[in-house]
Amino acid sequence: MSTDTATPEQVEKVVYDALVEIGPERDQLHRDATFEELDVDSLDLAEVSQVVEEHFGVQLKGDDVSQIRTVGDAVDLVVNRAK
Amino acid sequence: MTRGVVITGVGAVTPLGVGARTLHERWSAGTSGLEDGEGACTEFDPTIAMTSKEARRADRFSQLAVAACAEALEEAGWDDDGPYPSERIGCVLGTGIGGIGTLEANHAKLLESGPGSVSPLAVPLMMGNAGAAALSMRHRLCGPVYGLVSACAAGAHAIGDAARLVRSGDADAMVAGGSEATLSPLARAAFSALDALSPTGVSRPFDARRDGFVMGEGAGVLVLEEAEQAEARGATVLGEVLGYAATSDAHHITAPDPAGTGAAAAIGGALADAGLQAGDVDYVNAHGTSTPLNDRSETAALKAALGERANEIPVSSTKSAIGHLLGAAGAVEAVATLLALRDAVAPPTLGYEEPDEGMDLDYVPGSARPLDVNGRPPVAISNAFGFGGHNAVLCLGAAA
Repeated sequence: MSTDTATPEQVEKVVYDALVEIGPERDQLHRDATFEELDVDSLDLAEVSQVVEEHFGVQLKGDDVSQIRTVGDAVDLVVNRAK
Repeated sequence: MTRGVVITGVGAVTPLGVGARTLHERWSAGTSGLEDGEGACTEFDPTIAMTSKEARRADRFSQLAVAACAEALEEAGWDDDGPYPSERIGCVLGTGIGGIGTLEANHAKLLESGPGSVSPLAVPLMMGNAGAAALSMRHRLCGPVYGLVSACAAGAHAIGDAARLVRSGDADAMVAGGSEATLSPLARAAFSALDALSPTGVSRPFDARRDGFVMGEGAGVLVLEEAEQAEARGATVLGEVLGYAATSDAHHITAPDPAGTGAAAAIGGALADAGLQAGDVDYVNAHGTSTPLNDRSETAALKAALGERANEIPVSSTKSAIGHLLGAAGAVEAVATLLALRDAVAPPTLGYEEPDEGMDLDYVPGSARPLDVNGRPPVAISNAFGFGGHNAVLCLGAAA
């Protein structure tokens, strides 16, 4: 388990890197981009969740993931959960 | 009234290259796709048929199937929607093992970094039906869709079962075949432990010096359509699935019945299903693994099922050129058989030089040879046998 500090900037970097690894181009990513328009589905988000947990020790479960719609939602959820 | 089943498209990715014609032309020319004791699809790039994101969501065995399927559907002239209602089109895809590469990679992560490191994609990639599911989703095949597992008979079982679904009226068209990607450390070690692999790395089916099979990877896919509807839409018919039969030896988990009784019953059954006699068969595409046991028992089975006709017709093994593609073998070999029938040619058993005692069929040594068919559409038997004692035999005919 990593002990990275979950600052908004740091979480955003980790989430963006994880998403680029999965499929979207980096220039498609911004806070208001929806996962639907990025073609990122629940399996992709499960992979992102794994990366997030590895970095910040924050577990995102199915209910959490089902409530987030945009990249910004995901970043905020991780930052808040890590507080 | 019986519904006929015609073949309107074929696709293959094999150690001889990408494409069904590549397989047929290179094998017929006597080219081997084997290198360093293996048959790898070195010319295959998954992104020829899928985006990099789709490729990431698929084990190599599914990637190979997607590419073979794209080729087959293009040849059949299908657009994105297919020529029939989606719920009337299904898919059966055979595999011996499924996504073993995914399993190995994730097991390594588990041992190295613990359960939390195992990918959420592990199950959807490695499951044996992943290939069938990938084809279904990609081409919106909403009829009967499933993976089929019967070791090295799976590809032929898949085509036979799919043909039955069309014939019975459960579907109007089926995408059928087999896929395998087992050139991995665990699969190599496991087959080696069984003494199944050739220690010399040479595939020479039926030859006295044969000492085991050479493992290969690849996929073969056929498009099957109900004959009248295919004709009505103006499809180009390549050939026909005339008959199919499947039996089991109930003898041994890995060794074939030495007398080939179950295999002979499957050959006879496929002919009977086609309404044909032994004298109607022009060519046999043998299972011909290059193992001491298979090639001898298969020879016995052919003699038992075809009688004197077995001595009159060419019998050759695709595995001499591409190795043993396990669950894909029966499908890739059905593709090779069909294209051989269309050209009325028997491709050679590469490397066959020294006859073995009691094995005296015409194994087509040296080079390809024209089939003696007097202008009528030739008929062939394509054999596939698997660990577990499974025998699946297809009777295929060229288009009239």
